[in-house]
Amino acid sequence: MIWIAIRMLTGDAQKFYGLLFGIGFSTLLITQQMTIFVNLVERGASGVYNAPEAEVWVMDPVSRTTDVSYAMPGTALDKVRAVEGVEWAVPHLRAQATVRTKEGDLEGVGVIGVDDATLIGLPARMAQGDKAVLFAPDAVVVDDTGALRFFPPEVNPIGERLELNDQRAVVRGIADAIPSFTSTVVLYTRYSNALNFVPGTRNRLSFVLVGVADGQTPEDVADRIEAETGLKAETREQFARAGVDFIIENTGIPTNFGITVLLGFVVGIAIVGLTFSLFLRDNIKQFGALKAIGVTNAKIVQMVGAQAGMVGLIGYALGVIGTVAFIKGFGANPFFKGFYIPWQIPLISFAAVVIILSITGLIAIRSVLKTEPASVFR
Amino acid sequence: MSERTIMDTKAIGGCAPEAAICARGIARDFEAGQSTIRVLHGIDTDIRSGEMTYVVGESGSGKTTLISIMCGILWPTEGEVKVFGTDIYKLSDTDLVNFRLNNIGFIFQQYNLIPSIDVASNAAVPLIAQGVPREEARERAKVLLDKLNIGNQADKLPRQLSGGQQQRVAIARALVHEPRLVVCDEPTAALDASSGRRVMDLLREVAVAPDRACIIVTHDNRIFDLADRIIVLEDGRVTHDGKEMPDDH
Repeated sequence: MIWIAIRMLTGDAQKFYGLLFGIGFSTLLITQQMTIFVNLVERGASGVYNAPEAEVWVMDPVSRTTDVSYAMPGTALDKVRAVEGVEWAVPHLRAQATVRTKEGDLEGVGVIGVDDATLIGLPARMAQGDKAVLFAPDAVVVDDTGALRFFPPEVNPIGERLELNDQRAVVRGIADAIPSFTSTVVLYTRYSNALNFVPGTRNRLSFVLVGVADGQTPEDVADRIEAETGLKAETREQFARAGVDFIIENTGIPTNFGITVLLGFVVGIAIVGLTFSLFLRDNIKQFGALKAIGVTNAKIVQMVGAQAGMVGLIGYALGVIGTVAFIKGFGANPFFKGFYIPWQIPLISFAAVVIILSITGLIAIRSVLKTEPASVFR
Repeated sequence: MSERTIMDTKAIGGCAPEAAICARGIARDFEAGQSTIRVLHGIDTDIRSGEMTYVVGESGSGKTTLISIMCGILWPTEGEVKVFGTDIYKLSDTDLVNFRLNNIGFIFQQYNLIPSIDVASNAAVPLIAQGVPREEARERAKVLLDKLNIGNQADKLPRQLSGGQQQRVAIARALVHEPRLVVCDEPTAALDASSGRRVMDLLREVAVAPDRACIIVTHDNRIFDLADRIIVLEDGRVTHDGKEMPDDH
């Protein structure tokens, strides 16, 4: 009987494709929007992920994220180095600056000053050039977002000069970095250079990046730094989480994406509910005949369940494939760089599809179950 | 207590041993707004195997309600129905459905074939519902379709067939699981005269058997001569039961 149910469904091509569209569209909307949301808010932690060597981030107690920080006096670095369990500690500067491009446009950029000696604070991988290029005078490394934004495709950014806060900076390399939440262009330079590029107040040290000694845990070392220096210290995971939370708490993004996901759900229920009800209503005589012949209500429920299941699985697969194609298709766009689909999201959209089909199926099947077999004689 | 019918075919209470259907005191009410309308008034009748029995009457006379009750798809307000000795309305819902599946074949006025499956599969539906593997069910259905002279249409969809051919598919579906009772509702209503006649000839040929009863609801007087027995209903009461139609009809 399941085979008959499936043939009944696929035999009505208009409604079958309508149902697939409804489920596929809902899945696409839910999966794609949640994927973008998750990846976008994760960029609140991009500053942390782009400095992979740091196991503990030390900052002024009022600092909240890599982008919302309050500078500390340079002595903080020595205080941190004196704490037991600290293997190494290096200065890290993060500031805003303006760049005048070759075309004469003015662009806001982030300037990150990494340790002069070890270059800790640079992203793990370089897209072009070597990390050591930063030892050259006035050298900056631009992130790949900036390379695309500042320079036309036919121009190799390496060796190009920028006017950074009215000072000369030379692009010596391109970092393979995770873009920031705002996709602001980031220039990496040595800490001492950064102090020159970015005018500032008396205190300039944004963060102290710490590596922990063997046998120590980042949590213990962070606690010890806080206790002994009065500064705030967070492990890499804690600080990454803080960046994500900051975006969730301080932007309208969760609400906006939530509304879109809800709309996907509602549109799914509306399209699928209407189409499924029409489909069952169109076949009510056939279902009535089957009931008269001797097909039980339980088997009818199985048949409708199989129809819903088939539509759900195919529609869901189409929606997920659509999302994958979207992410792959836009992978070259810097905005979508590094986007991935967390495994939880397809599960959530699958649950949404199950709920949509359960609600619409239950509403639609009532008319079939209420149909008296005798109605086929009328 | 309901009124007795004008002409009962058997004494009240007793069921003839050879009766395929034994209906006693059948009454049926329908709600119509605030009021209740009684469409059957305590009908007593037996249907015998080996006969083609017609139930005829004007629209609204209660003939469809009567056969719906006799074949276990509409609960009577009063009375009892035994089909091959089983008091069907004392069965559980599931047992009643299974009883229909195993013992009764249906032919509907509008055929009610499933449009998206081919003719052989349509004819095989009762077997598939019984759990017979699909291919085996289709093969058995094809044998019957051959007998009904539409074996060459087995792989076509119902919409590719004429009305008469579709009704033959419906006949095959009604008989494929070899039921002991065949119930037909206006089988010729949607057919022209010659097609209707051919379908009824065929139905008589394949459906009537010594161990099978066949009830046909119709008001198509072109086929009355094919009946072994005609029961006439008027206003929910049996007014005639005999081999031929009464002269005043």
